[in-house]
Parts: sequence; C-alpha cells; structure tokens
Amino acid sequence: MFAIEKKDTTLLLIVAVLTMCAPFILNPFPTDSAMAQFNAGYPDLMQRFVIFGIFAIGFNILFGLTGYLSFGHAAFLGVGSYSAVWMFKLLSMNVIPAIILSVIVAGVFALIIGFVSLRRSGIYFSILTLAFAQMSFALAYSVLTPITNGETGLQLSLNDPRILGTSVSADGGIPVTSLFGLEMRSTYEMHVGPWLFQFNAGYYLCALLMLLAFYISIRIFRSPFGLMLRAVKSNQQRMSYTGLNARPYTLAAFVISGMYAGLAGGLLAAMDPLAGAERMQWTASGEVVLMTILGGAGTLIGPVLGAGFIKYFENIFSKINDNVLHSWFSFLPDGLEDLMVTLVHPFVGKGWSLTLGLMFMAVVIFLPGGLVQGGQKIGKLFRRKKAAGHRSSTATKPAE
Amino acid sequence: MDAIILQILNGLDKGSAYALIALGLTLIFGTLGVVNFAHGALFMIGSFCAVTLQRILSISFQTVDPSKTDFLGNPSTFDTPYVVHWFGAEVGNGIIDWSVPLAIFFAIPIMIAIGFIMERGLIKHFYKRPHADQILVTFGLAIVLQEVIKYYYGANPIQTGAPEMFRGSFDFGTLLGFDPNVIIYPYWRLVYFGFAAVIISAVFAFLQFTTFGMVVRAGMADRETVGLLGINIDKRFTIMFGLAAAVAGLAGVMYAPINAPNYHMGMDFLVLSFVVVVVGGMGSLPGAVLAGFLLGILESFASMTQIIDLIPGINQIIIYVVAIIVLLTRPRGLMGRKGVMEE
Repeated sequence: MFAIEKKDTTLLLIVAVLTMCAPFILNPFPTDSAMAQFNAGYPDLMQRFVIFGIFAIGFNILFGLTGYLSFGHAAFLGVGSYSAVWMFKLLSMNVIPAIILSVIVAGVFALIIGFVSLRRSGIYFSILTLAFAQMSFALAYSVLTPITNGETGLQLSLNDPRILGTSVSADGGIPVTSLFGLEMRSTYEMHVGPWLFQFNAGYYLCALLMLLAFYISIRIFRSPFGLMLRAVKSNQQRMSYTGLNARPYTLAAFVISGMYAGLAGGLLAAMDPLAGAERMQWTASGEVVLMTILGGAGTLIGPVLGAGFIKYFENIFSKINDNVLHSWFSFLPDGLEDLMVTLVHPFVGKGWSLTLGLMFMAVVIFLPGGLVQGGQKIGKLFRRKKAAGHRSSTATKPAE
Repeated sequence: MDAIILQILNGLDKGSAYALIALGLTLIFGTLGVVNFAHGALFMIGSFCAVTLQRILSISFQTVDPSKTDFLGNPSTFDTPYVVHWFGAEVGNGIIDWSVPLAIFFAIPIMIAIGFIMERGLIKHFYKRPHADQILVTFGLAIVLQEVIKYYYGANPIQTGAPEMFRGSFDFGTLLGFDPNVIIYPYWRLVYFGFAAVIISAVFAFLQFTTFGMVVRAGMADRETVGLLGINIDKRFTIMFGLAAAVAGLAGVMYAPINAPNYHMGMDFLVLSFVVVVVGGMGSLPGAVLAGFLLGILESFASMTQIIDLIPGINQIIIYVVAIIVLLTRPRGLMGRKGVMEE
C-alpha cells in the first residue's frame, strides 16, 4: 500500500492511528483528579507535538541521512513563520496560501544558505549554518524591523489590507485563521463521564500534514536518493571516487529539510498568527538537534518521538511547583518530605532546562541511537528470554 | 584619525576575551582533538568565581550600635565584614575593593580542578566518537553548567566592580598629541588588555620554551609516535585541558567588571569564539589569537555611526560575514594547517 514496504506501511498506520486518537490517548486522567496535570490532550500542546514533529522529521532527513549537523535550522522555521504572517496580513486569513508561501520561502532560503554552507563539511559546516542563522536573527531584530517588527514580533492588526478577506471581522476584531471558513481555533468538546476530550480543527490540520510529511520522509528513506544520502554519511570520499558528485544530493537534502522547517514555521503561525525573532535564535536550533538525537537520528520514527517527548516534559515539568512536590511526598515524615522536596526542586519548574541538559548528556553518552535504540535493546532483551539465541532482523536500523 | 585609534582601542578588550577563549578552545582541539562546546561555560564560571570571592570577602557580622536608633526607636545595627575586623579598616576594605584581581588566585585552582574533572570524567570517553557526538555532549554539559549557575546565582546580571583606582577613564589622546577628551579609555579595559597579553605570552612561552611544552607540541603533531617513545602523552594532554580551562576562567574573572556576570554570557561568547577559531584556522594557536583581536577590532569599527549609516545593521553581523568570506576563500582559515579537521 502507498508504494512502500509492508513494515513501513504498518509504521505509518500506527503513527496515523496514534495522532488521530491523540485527544483520547493523551487525556487518560479525569479532569478533576490530581493527575489531571499530566494530561497533554489540550489543543495548544498537541499542536506543538505535531508541528515540532514535522520540524524534527525534516531535520532528520539532513542529519540522520547525510550526517551533516546543521546548527542553524531554526532560521528556516522563523522565515516560514514570518512569511505566513505576512500572507495573513496581505492576502487572506486562509491558511493554505500562507503555508504554501512559507514552504517556498524557506526552501529558497535553504537553497541560498545551503549552496554556500555545503562547500565545507564537518565542524565548518556547523559553524557556517550557525553563522547564517545568527545573522538572520540579528538582522530580524535590528535592520529588518520594517519586515519583522523587531523585538515586538510580527502581529496582525486591524489596518492590514487582506485583499481576499476582510480587514476587520464582523464583530470588529481581528479575523482568525481558518481553512475555507473552518476556524483553526474551533474545538469540539466531548464530555464522557469525568473526562473531557477536545478535538481541535487546527490540530487535525497539523496532524494530517505531519502524516504527509512522515510519508514523504519514508519514501525518501527508501528511495535511491535516500541511499545516496546514506552513502554521503558513510564515506563521501569513496562516493566521489565512483564518479558521483555528492553536493547536489546534500543540497537537495538540505533544501528539503529547510522546507520541512518552513512548513513547521508556517503552521506555528497558522495556529497562532504571530512571529518573533527568538524563533530563529541558535538555542532554538539546538532544540531540534536535541529532539532528533533524543529520539534517534537516522531512524524513521525517532524524531517524532523525540519531539513529543521533549515538548511533553517541557510542559509538564515546568508546571510542577513546590506545592505539587509537597503533595507528592506528603506520605513521608515531615523532615524527609522537606528533604525530598529540596532535592527535587532544582530539576522541576524553572529548572526544567537542567533536567533537559542532563537527559541529553545521558542519551548521548549511553544511548547514541536515542530512544529508538533503547526500545530495541529492551525489546531484544525480552525476545532473548522467549527464544534464546533466536535473533530477529526486523528491527529498524539507523542509517549508517 | 582619532576616531580610528579610538575604535582600535575599543576593539581590544572584546578582542582579548575572544582571543583568550579561542586560545583555550584551540589548545583543547589541538591536543585532544575534541570540539568543546562547554568552553563558554568555563568562561562564565570564571566570571562567577570573581562574584563568589567578592561575596566571601564581604561576609559580615552584625553589631549593635546603642548610640544611634532607627526611626522605630530600636538600636540600629551595622555590618562589619570579617576581613575589616581582622585586618583593620584600611587593609580590610582594600582587600574587598581588590576582590576581582584577587579572584585570579581563587579561580586558578578551581578552574584547573573543573578542567580535570571534565576531562577525566566525561571527555575522555569521547576521543574515539565522531565530532558530532563531542559537540552534542559538551553542548549538553554547557546547558547543565549554565542552569546550575542560574539556580545558585539567579538570572539577573551581578554587578562586580573593579578596584577603586581603576574605575576612572584615561585620556589616551593627550599622550599622542590629540586634543583632550577625544580618545578616552577606561583604565580597567587597558588592564584587561595587558592581562590578556601576559596570559597569551605565558601560554606561548610555556609551550615553546619548556620541556613539557615541547612534549605537548610533539604530541599535537604526532600523538602515536610520542606515545611509542614511552611518554605518557594522555597525562600531559589532561594537564593541557586543565590549563585551557584555567585560561578561559581567568578571561572570565577579569571580564567581570566590564560585563556584569550573568548565566548566559558563556553561550554568547561561545558562538563568537567558535567563529573566531574557525576564522583563525582550526588547531592553530597564533591563528586563534590573531583572529580574536582582528574580529574584536572589526566589530568595534562596524559599530561606528558613520559605518552603520552606510550599511545598516552591519555591527550585528560583521563577525559572521567575515567568517563566511574567510571560510569560502580560505577554507582552512587564516592560519590553518593542512590535514586538521578534514575528513
């Protein structure tokens, strides 16, 4: 089915079912229970899961397949956001033209930056992409203020022309983003006993696009083109000895991953129509590297897992404060309770970045293949117990 | 003419910081072959050493002064730092005033210890791993160090003053025959430049004129052969890592009065220092120093109002523009050697 192998079809179907049922799966706890804070099934967070999933899938096409570590991918995300917001300001509030434009503009940007940066490899490539991204960030903050609106960020206003739409909505406010009239923020709420499930139009749009992005990435991974990219990673020299020029392939991969980032940026703007320069800062580029590595670079499902993992824990961990901690450890005697709270305190709430940094180091040190490799190791452990010495080869192998 | 001299002077202090950090990065890269993204964090920790020493020296005890009362009628209390109590007012206040220069001696053992722990505990296991892995693990370490500092010292910059006698500015122009008040330069920046010059010369002298330095240079050129000669090169490289950490730390200590220490200053400097290293040529020590000063001075020239009027925003991006041009025209950097970092 879909012109891909059977196990890839299974993977795609699993991901499809999971994303479509996400409002149920991510909301396992009743709304008024103490565990409700671990629910992730609200539109804003779910949108971020799939949008950053797209971003990481795209980054993985470059880093996972070719091994070129770009430290400036957030620039394309930012460019995508800016072009989408401009489309909302000038054309209409329909998300389709905005998303198309953001993908195209990010692609053109990636073509220019990639053409220059890909002349070098290794650390030089990382530094060049970093330099370009920092340049875009600095320019967006200062000189390009007429286009980017500087520090305040680009926002919609009542005076925007919006040729194909209306400048002002019927009730006198700024119109909201929509897909042919279906508002992105419209949410259907379903009450089942104590549970509340939210089905958001914007989330489903993002989810469908992520499935499309995922499908395309499967096709790329399994295509002769993907094989070429792997050849670049494993031995570029030998590849050029066989008479193949690596640069067109790497440039194509760079542009494709830039377009993925642009799509993610456009979707971010479509869900919440504003764009700021901080989306282009190099810490944002570092974040997507984290997601890809954490999930497992070079695997199909890894980046999606990593993106979901980081965004979920970012949200949940930063919400935990001392009161929550006290309620957790209240079963302990007083002195011990305070001790535990003091011990855990630096790692939650505002200290989320510390946990992230530690987790990231642990993954790079012990699990270079990321969560996917970890899952495979555990899976192998169980299988070995069942049928000793019987090795299965169906596991997804990371690109080498 | 006076404007040009002023911009060169202004570029010197930032250039010194870039040069010192880039020197340490290059030392680590040249000896251990590791790309250390946590080097900016070491610079930041150095700055916080200065803050910490100032706080330690200012630890005070309270005494009650019965002769004065505050507005509620309670006897007022005042703080006396212990050092003032022990050494008398003049010496004690002098020590507190000079806490930043004194922090040099405080920072050296701390930074060397941190360097040793980092190398033995973490970096050692990454020699054989690809450069991407080294970048990623040290990047994670940088986040951790930064967050730990943020947890203990808060997110706001902490003002740390230079000693009283260096606080003013120095009319440099009159020395060269210009009108007074045309070229004014703060004393502390001059001190910083002098300090950086001393450290850089010391590192070069150490590598050039001592037996230890000779062995290290030999190891940088051909690690295997030096090892076959029966020299424990790993031990020496670990010491060099400690030295590089100390250089970054000292750069940070003395930078504290110029730029109030905050937890993300390391990251800010790291990105620029990497650009400096790459422009200078990966693995070349003189290249790192040269590129550091060059980019610092270029940056300060680009912030002149005339130039900003000509090319808006150039002051923000000049370093990156130079880096891109250099990398595309001289792929090995200004003074890069053949065969370094070329897969």
